[in-house]
Amino acid sequence: MNDTGIGAALRRKEDARFITGRGRFTDDINRPGQAYAFIVRSPEAHAELGAIDTTDAESAPGVVAVFTGADLAADEVGGLPCGWQIHSKNGTPMVEPPHPALAQGRVRHVGDPVALVVAETKAEARAAAGLVDVDYRPLPPAANLVQARADGAPLVWDDAAGNLCYDWELGDAAATDAAFEGADHVVTLELTNSRLIPNAIEPRAAIGEYDPSADMHTLYTTSQNPHVIRLLMGAFVLGIPEHKLRVVSPDVGGGFGSKIFHYAEEVLMTWAAKKVGRPVKWTAERSESFMSDAHGRDHVTTAALALDAEGAFLGLRVKTDANLGAYLSTFGPAVPTYLYATLFAGCYTTPAIYANVKGVFTNTVPVDAYRGAGRPEAVFVLERLVDKAAKMLGMDRVEIRRKNFIQPDQFPYQTPVALEYDVGDYEGTLDTALELADWGGFPGRREEAASRGKLRGIGLSTFVEACGLAPSAVAGALGARAGLFEVGQVRVHPTGSVTVFTGTHSHGQGHETTFAQIVSDRLGVSADQVEVVHGDTGSVPFGMGTYGSRSLAVGGSAIYNAVEKVIEKGTKIAAHLMEASPEDVTFENGSFSVVGTDKSVALGDVALTAYVPHNYPEGLEPGLEETAFYDPKNFTFPAGAHVVEVEIDPETGVVELVNVCAADDVGTIVNPMIVEGQMHGGLAQGIGQALLEECIYDDEGQLVTGSYMNYTMPRAADLPYFKTGHNITACTHNPLGAKGVGEVGSIGVPPAVINAVVDALSDYGVDHMNMPATSERVWRIINGAGG
Amino acid sequence: MSTVSLTVNGKPVSADVESRTLLVDFLRETLGLTGTHVGCDTSQCGACVVHVDGTSIKSCAMLAAEVAGSAVTTVEGLASNGTLHPIQEAFREHHGLQCGYCTPGMMMSGVDLIAQNADPDEQEIREWLEGNLCRCTGYHNIVAAIKSAAATMGGAS
Repeated sequence: MNDTGIGAALRRKEDARFITGRGRFTDDINRPGQAYAFIVRSPEAHAELGAIDTTDAESAPGVVAVFTGADLAADEVGGLPCGWQIHSKNGTPMVEPPHPALAQGRVRHVGDPVALVVAETKAEARAAAGLVDVDYRPLPPAANLVQARADGAPLVWDDAAGNLCYDWELGDAAATDAAFEGADHVVTLELTNSRLIPNAIEPRAAIGEYDPSADMHTLYTTSQNPHVIRLLMGAFVLGIPEHKLRVVSPDVGGGFGSKIFHYAEEVLMTWAAKKVGRPVKWTAERSESFMSDAHGRDHVTTAALALDAEGAFLGLRVKTDANLGAYLSTFGPAVPTYLYATLFAGCYTTPAIYANVKGVFTNTVPVDAYRGAGRPEAVFVLERLVDKAAKMLGMDRVEIRRKNFIQPDQFPYQTPVALEYDVGDYEGTLDTALELADWGGFPGRREEAASRGKLRGIGLSTFVEACGLAPSAVAGALGARAGLFEVGQVRVHPTGSVTVFTGTHSHGQGHETTFAQIVSDRLGVSADQVEVVHGDTGSVPFGMGTYGSRSLAVGGSAIYNAVEKVIEKGTKIAAHLMEASPEDVTFENGSFSVVGTDKSVALGDVALTAYVPHNYPEGLEPGLEETAFYDPKNFTFPAGAHVVEVEIDPETGVVELVNVCAADDVGTIVNPMIVEGQMHGGLAQGIGQALLEECIYDDEGQLVTGSYMNYTMPRAADLPYFKTGHNITACTHNPLGAKGVGEVGSIGVPPAVINAVVDALSDYGVDHMNMPATSERVWRIINGAGG
Repeated sequence: MSTVSLTVNGKPVSADVESRTLLVDFLRETLGLTGTHVGCDTSQCGACVVHVDGTSIKSCAMLAAEVAGSAVTTVEGLASNGTLHPIQEAFREHHGLQCGYCTPGMMMSGVDLIAQNADPDEQEIREWLEGNLCRCTGYHNIVAAIKSAAATMGGAS
């Protein structure tokens, strides 16, 4: 143990550059001779593409070139691939339409890229884009789930009848039917899970560059997983082998899922750079981000919970229509299926579960993973149902949960929906949250608020999520088209300092510090002697990137295993130096020792010997550098209990958050300061969904919430200080015991907020309201004007 | 095109700019001061906040030509002679940043708040940050960092 090891609230190594303005984001990079790109985007939700006249644009000042979908087709550029194939319940594969980087034949959502203008300056590219004359022949759109599923709805894709991509199921339908038949009570709920726009504050950007002397392509891009982009774009879109394509994701200003996916602009910049013989740079304007970054959530669901007379859960049935947008984004089809319905056991012993999910095409931006990705949707269904059941049965909301919890002695616990939870202590976590929130003191606070004319409510949610994507073979069996392991490479330099290469990517998570702490802890070197390198396929061997709270559990474990290999090799060198048998050598606090003697040799001396191998074990390779590919044995299962207390002003409907408490079991905590920060951020995004944010398309498929002027982002004054707590059970199947913390807030808190709002409105006959609980909606409920 | 002369981070600067050039583009593209960021196109996010003659402004909402003769300070000018400004120290100490993209604007905004109100309370800080968006931190540690910086700078009672 040392003061920069696991458990230390070390201040972040990466902060030095960010607080001095020396971060290096993609738009901060300029390449010699660079031209600028602007993308012409469809103003129509759905239209046949007639002629595209680029003549005026091509002759505009500063224009280098103008390209359309026809140019991509002529060069046989492939479409953007989808990384996950879902099969319908009848065994047929999902409908998988083409996804060209520039529209060909039809445009299918507002913002669909139509033409690419390359010019000497950004202003010239933008001005010339206005001169591209596109003949749009509007078609009726399927602008939302209801429109898309209606009889006779316009088809987004001609071969997707009913706009269905797939009709998928999970669980045992017959057993679930039987559970409902034998039930004393059935609680039903119809709900929506609102559509969200991720809104990382750094807009996406990309720079393509081609070096003809080496026949080498380089793409700088705002990506959470540069190796995945290299693989997808190289192999499936542009036909560039990996050794001729370098993808660099430098500092990235937040992702939240939206920067996982392979986007058209990455293809366009890489392709155009070779076409025009110059580096080409594109940076999204925020209004472009709104209509081109993949969106999140967007479900319409009917759910029912069957209970016995004492409130034990007997069965759960869920039917969901999930909006996939106009095209399949990289992981889009997996989010409302395997990342959603597999969570329906929650932390409860419900024995029979059946879920049916229809993936639906609409004339909207593609929908894909956004912080939580499927799991917030599942937890919202469950925790709203449980609250409604408690009310119906006249049971206490805490007690009904306790009664149905999976108990600590039941692990490993096989759920009816495919997952096997390894470990947990849901009751302990709940107790931690109730204490943080002073749950018992609420009646007094409600009374006091009432004396001021305010409606006070309290709500909770208890939940499990699945992280640590993923055991590759399991994911493959479920339709993943990639492995989901992670790579860590540990290079001990001759003088004992260390460089770590990780295939995960840090865009706010603090990996440069956390991963250094893992190495520090095990190797006994100070964290400031450990440099963590990420985000460049030119230096990191391979990687699957950062999403689904996987970086510590999977990427950290890979680093841990690489460190173990370093120690194993170091032990052989040390044994040779001390003229002992390797079996008798132990390693602790940076020093190799011979058991039962006072002989020891420091890691630095072993490292130097490895690079100056004059007195060296026979047959052992010089050098001290090891790589580990870590493929997890199971998913990890972070769990939590969140309690929210609100006060509503009945005159205005404004919901004030008076207390937000989150107790989470995220597994081993490496850096408690960073873990708390991750919890805060997730809570803010979950609260944003619950109270403020909603992406709205009108019936014509126009994006109404297309800027920060009308998409309500949480601001500082919308949020309180958060209270956080922990009740840790270490993951049993990875070497760190880590589970994941990135998403607990956004998964757990939305139903806690809505449960609190519904509780506050209990005198108004309300048993459910959809998100966001805006002041207008709350006011309408209070005034009987319809929610 | 016109020639604009001003002081940026204490150094005199003179450059030809188009009359439509925004201050933020002038700082980033002409002067290479990329610490000031652009996060939106509606003057909502505050990633581009800098100081003009000591007052925080959104540099996306001002023309470069407008600041002729002024003294502009960007995040690159916060530290002096290698010593971090108390707000920089506070953001690091209180984990007031995650991805770092909104951070320069947050710090520049915070410094102006403290100049106007030496001992702001939590609510005053939250309301002051109305023009600065952060998607990572939930503002919790940003508010704590600004409070702490104010105390360090001598305002706290």
